[in-house]
Amino acid sequence: MPTEFAGPSIDWWALSPMLTLLGGALVLLVSAALTPRWPRGLYAAFSATVAGAAGVLAAFVWDDISDGRSPFLVADTLRFDRFAAFVAITICIAILGATLLADDFLRREGYDGPEVYALFLCSGIGGIVMGAANDLVVLFLGLETLSIALYVLAASNRRRTESQEAGLKYFILGGFSSAFFLYGVALIYGALGTTRLTSANPAQDSIFRTLSETIIVDNSKALLLAGIALLLVGLAFKMAAVPFHSWAPDVYQGSPSPITAFMASASKAAAFAATLRILDYALPARQDDWKPVLWVITIATLAVGAIMAVVQTNVKRMLAYSSINHAGFILLGVTVVSDKGTSGALFYLMAYAVLVIGTFGVVTLVGRDGDSAHELEDYRGLGKQRPALALALTVFLLAQAGVPLTSGFVAKFGVILAAVDSKAYPLAIVAMLTAVVSAFLYLRIIVSMFLADAPETAPVERVRIPLSAGVAISLALGFTLVVGFLPGWLVSLAQDAVPLAGR
Amino acid sequence: MPHTSSLQFPILTVLILVPAVGAAVVALLSNRRPEFVKLAAVGFSVVTGGMTLWMLRAFETGEGGYQFVSKHQWVPEWGIGWHLGLDGISLFLVVLTGILFPIAMLGADPHHDKKPYLAWMLLLEAGMLGAFVSLDLFLFFAFFELVLVPMYFLIGGWGYDQRVYAALKFFIYTMVGSALMLVGIITTAFLARQSLGYLTFDLLELQQASFATNTARWLFLAFALAFAVKVPVFPLHTWLPDAHTQAPTGGSVILAGVMLKLGTYGFLRFAFTLFPEAARYFRPLFLTLAVIGITYGAIAATMQKDLKRLVAYSSVAHLGFIVLGSFAFTTQAVTGGVLQMINHGVSTGALFLMVGMIYDRRHTRQIAELTGIQAVAPIFAAVFTLVMLSSIGVPGLNGFVGEFLVLIGSFLTARWWTVIAATGVIIAALYLLWAYQRVFHGEPDEANKSFRELSWSEGLVMLPLLGLIVFCGVYPKPMLDRIQPSVTVLMTHIEEKTGYVEPQPALFEGGEEHAVEADAHAEEGE
Repeated sequence: MPTEFAGPSIDWWALSPMLTLLGGALVLLVSAALTPRWPRGLYAAFSATVAGAAGVLAAFVWDDISDGRSPFLVADTLRFDRFAAFVAITICIAILGATLLADDFLRREGYDGPEVYALFLCSGIGGIVMGAANDLVVLFLGLETLSIALYVLAASNRRRTESQEAGLKYFILGGFSSAFFLYGVALIYGALGTTRLTSANPAQDSIFRTLSETIIVDNSKALLLAGIALLLVGLAFKMAAVPFHSWAPDVYQGSPSPITAFMASASKAAAFAATLRILDYALPARQDDWKPVLWVITIATLAVGAIMAVVQTNVKRMLAYSSINHAGFILLGVTVVSDKGTSGALFYLMAYAVLVIGTFGVVTLVGRDGDSAHELEDYRGLGKQRPALALALTVFLLAQAGVPLTSGFVAKFGVILAAVDSKAYPLAIVAMLTAVVSAFLYLRIIVSMFLADAPETAPVERVRIPLSAGVAISLALGFTLVVGFLPGWLVSLAQDAVPLAGR
Repeated sequence: MPHTSSLQFPILTVLILVPAVGAAVVALLSNRRPEFVKLAAVGFSVVTGGMTLWMLRAFETGEGGYQFVSKHQWVPEWGIGWHLGLDGISLFLVVLTGILFPIAMLGADPHHDKKPYLAWMLLLEAGMLGAFVSLDLFLFFAFFELVLVPMYFLIGGWGYDQRVYAALKFFIYTMVGSALMLVGIITTAFLARQSLGYLTFDLLELQQASFATNTARWLFLAFALAFAVKVPVFPLHTWLPDAHTQAPTGGSVILAGVMLKLGTYGFLRFAFTLFPEAARYFRPLFLTLAVIGITYGAIAATMQKDLKRLVAYSSVAHLGFIVLGSFAFTTQAVTGGVLQMINHGVSTGALFLMVGMIYDRRHTRQIAELTGIQAVAPIFAAVFTLVMLSSIGVPGLNGFVGEFLVLIGSFLTARWWTVIAATGVIIAALYLLWAYQRVFHGEPDEANKSFRELSWSEGLVMLPLLGLIVFCGVYPKPMLDRIQPSVTVLMTHIEEKTGYVEPQPALFEGGEEHAVEADAHAEEGE
């Protein structure tokens, strides 16, 4: 008699953040298809509520784990610990922000509808899965869910060829990188016989346990190293780390601005969460192998991001390169393999996600009808025309530059602290020097807002500030300043979110 | 180190908050009544200044430790505290900040957009005060960096032709220095953890830690670079003439009067206190750079065609004296250096104000285009003369006291450097008197005939500065009495840490300055 297939036990409650997003996406798509057009702003309100609910549920799950519930779910393929909850909350914040920005933007550009919101939610699920995955195959599922939704989002503005181009570019390059990643998974399985990252049960195989307890024969060592290298390629692409960064400027520039905001916040958070999971918590035994590579990648990312940003004239492109520089900072936290590094990177991800929502929020508004006014010239005179908006952007940019009493400074401080703690002085010094270089770029934008004379040519169309985007920008501004003044609570949350090493 | 926490009221916290809140209030005020905006801004800065004067009165003279201390946890996860305190070294810098800001706001109006200008000024004041009273490295760094932002906007928004370039240069230069200092600060805290057992950024706790000799030297350099850019020490001074020349008058007054002192103050408070051995090790380097700064600044000043640029280069020379005094490592020289920080703030602040007045009247600062002003505006010329003489260091005025103390204090430990530095005093007389001659003497031509005399309001603004110039020159004892005990504490700390013994000035027995020092020692013995 054939044995019956026994499905794993599933703790539905612990999965609720993902399920909420999934349910929200389905309801949105199905009911929007069956009902006439919803009243203005309702699609956005609905998905913002769903994202908010998912974030709150993730906070509840955080609480449960603090009370001692095992984080291992679905036959150990997911590890929804506080780390995952922190990432999930970050991603929910990103969805919330992007939704608020998209609301008026979509109407302005004339393609309001449920699709973009549903894709935000789907993409968010992928991101949360990446942060919670405890198995390379599940991680790949998350990666693809995130990416495929993003490819479509990037190309979502059908009327603009730039958007189409961005989507196609992202899709082709992203497809390649996914293939690399998958090949890496296969090689690692070949070398170790498992794709599980860690496990609670000592009897069960996991990459971490195999590597730290057994000596690998030379033959499969090559296989393992090749596997790690290919995984790194796939992850570095998603993080937009040099030398796998070249898609970022084009895609950031071409994508509709609220989608760029989402890409820079949610997608980055998910990619770094996955990288931390794999490198710092599954492969720490092999850090002598991957660390030198990561050092080079980190330094290159920091330097290229900062230097290339300076020579741009398109603000979205500048911010794309600056986000590469920020990726370098977050990589500092990954490279040092320590609790401080992990919590520093997590803090940075949260702070940066909010910062880019705010920054691209302003960029979305300044882009004006057609989403095309993104040259440095287009920012001229914004300080006179819309002082509050210009001041908000100034705070976001200064925070990105790392000026004290903003969240950006605390974030930088956290990762530099981790680097110094691990005696990675060269990394810390390079990082700070690139911060100076990139300060120059933020100042250039500020100069054109406040200091440059207003253009003498035809008066530009006045920037409109719709309510939803205004709310998103003010919330981001409030967060940036509050965390800058009182960072203690978020620092301690990020420290609590560090997963237990060693299993 | 003795601690006196003389009162419960967190006066230093309030001191930082008043101008910060003022900045927010001014920014939110309606622009429809510009005079009201200015009144509010000046009001906030006057209240702040009043608080600093009150602290001057309440300050326990003869006490070398920190007073008005307020200490709270801020980010306990990283050992960061909100730790403020005031001692003799920072006291007068705080008072100077409190006095100069209202004067700069009243004495020089921006050419447009008063409201944001005043808001940035107030924010700048909050940052400055914060930097001078911080006793936590993180906190200090936060304020040290934060002051760049308002100053950047002041130069870039209200400056002259090349303002955007000058503002960028100023920001980037200073940031390069402080970027490495941040790494230095974090490294210091982590290395100190090995001997202290816990992570802290508190200066008073970190100064108890000991560092390996070589490490401490590297860390000292990381701190010193940030401070040297700020001072500025030759050859890192190139941002200064541009920033000064392009800044609006009020910005120049604050930049020269207060902001540059962040560098010299930082050396004494942080670099010397944390790494005394390294400071002694690099002494020859910094003495040499200081002397080069003195002579180079003075010579460069003689060649300037622009009056404001001339004053800017004279700042490089004067700040050289302060660095010389600091690195001489004698109580007299360091005290003189601290005194000179205040004197330079007063005299150069006043000089920049007057140059600003000249520009407002004539719309030029070119020395060649100005002539014979003395004939049409005698009071203006008289005031300018007094300020100029103070800057030259004529006995009886404030500039002399500081320079003299620096020179006699340095002579004991850095003889040849001092000899060369003394020539700087002579060149100072040369460039300023020569400039005065060209601008004020002679027959006024057509353009200068209508040069307006000093108005009542301008006179009232200048009056406190003139009073300080004369008072501090004639009777510096009250200042020295408050500065010296803290300098003695610093020197004792350096002696304990390095085994260095400060030579006693046997040759100058009986001098008034020395009597003060003897008094301080006697009080310590009790």
